[in-house]
Amino acid sequence: MGNRTDIAIIGGGPAGLSAAVNAIARGKSVQLMSAAGNNLEKSENVDNYLGFYKISGTELMNKFEEHAAALGVSAMKGRVSNIMPLGDHFLINFGGEISESTTVILAIGVAKARQIPGEADLLGRGVSYCATCDGMLYRGKKAAVWGMAQDAIEETNFLHGIGVDVTLIARGSRPSELKADIPFISGAVGEIIGEDRVAAVTVGQNTIEVDGVFILRSSIAPSSLVPGLETQDGYIKVTNRMETNIPGLFAAGDCTGTPLQISKATGEGLIAAQQAAKYIDAYQSKLL
Amino acid sequence: MSTTIVYPNATEFDQLIAGDKPVLVDFWAEWCMPCRMLGPVIEQIGEEYSDKVAVAKVNVDEQPALAARYNIQSIPTVIIFNNGNIVDTQIGMHPADVYTRILDTII
Repeated sequence: MGNRTDIAIIGGGPAGLSAAVNAIARGKSVQLMSAAGNNLEKSENVDNYLGFYKISGTELMNKFEEHAAALGVSAMKGRVSNIMPLGDHFLINFGGEISESTTVILAIGVAKARQIPGEADLLGRGVSYCATCDGMLYRGKKAAVWGMAQDAIEETNFLHGIGVDVTLIARGSRPSELKADIPFISGAVGEIIGEDRVAAVTVGQNTIEVDGVFILRSSIAPSSLVPGLETQDGYIKVTNRMETNIPGLFAAGDCTGTPLQISKATGEGLIAAQQAAKYIDAYQSKLL
Repeated sequence: MSTTIVYPNATEFDQLIAGDKPVLVDFWAEWCMPCRMLGPVIEQIGEEYSDKVAVAKVNVDEQPALAARYNIQSIPTVIIFNNGNIVDTQIGMHPADVYTRILDTII
């Protein structure tokens, strides 16, 4: 395991970048991890961010990134799959590598993930969110991968490679990167069927018998990302100092709730970074 | 590696769960990243509860029969036994107190 960073920031949108800039200002070491794309980049016009009247989302995002880059912070691109709180530090599974940090700021935006009927009941009983984790348990068995995330294709190829009889289910047409001998079904999984374990999934009118289904969404619900994290109506529960229920774990931006606005996100990013810095200082003085 | 954790084969496993201590078993594998992240938590429990609870790790690749017997379909899976019976099954990785809360009710 590598060196421990002071503050790991998950998310490269306005809240994450604001947290990064303010953490650097407090002299803390920062690792910024970000998945590709965010909501701000998609907005055509931003008319309520003070000082930048009628700026496009992409332009404003570029300015935020330039500001952070000027201070030496640029986001490492990839997916954070799990964060494990271990009392005095955190382990972060970032693209299959484990990073260590003293504190974590979640700036992960809003997950638009809607659960499929049967998903929650059969989780761990055939439903999995991680092909590289559970894939080996389906060698010689039938499995489906469902998802639009880019890594759905990679994970399907991976499962095929280790000997799983796998089918990719996704909207649209067959992706060219999918290995030629893997079956592809165009559509969406409507329901996961099974009593004690997964027996089948439905796609439109069709029922496909499978032993397991891997669900790969581009965003993970906060409570599946960090075990034990308290949420309310899908948003991370925070104090007015951006503290979550887990010591050393802070959250900022859209993931903490409405209004889903840029100035709220940058403001919360600042508070979260300053609180994380305080937490680290208090922790280090305790060690002395 | 902590000395308080045991790595039983199938025979040793049966003896272990038939013993007089509650047993916490972590089903895991080398290639499973969340399993590796849960590792320090299991070790910590192994140390804290070394007098009262037996803590075991079962590698599902090396002990496929045990994994099949307990229908392990996702790892990490932690099963807690008392008097040879399953008291609780926790799928996925969780903070230490999720496991210790269960252990505290049976020791």
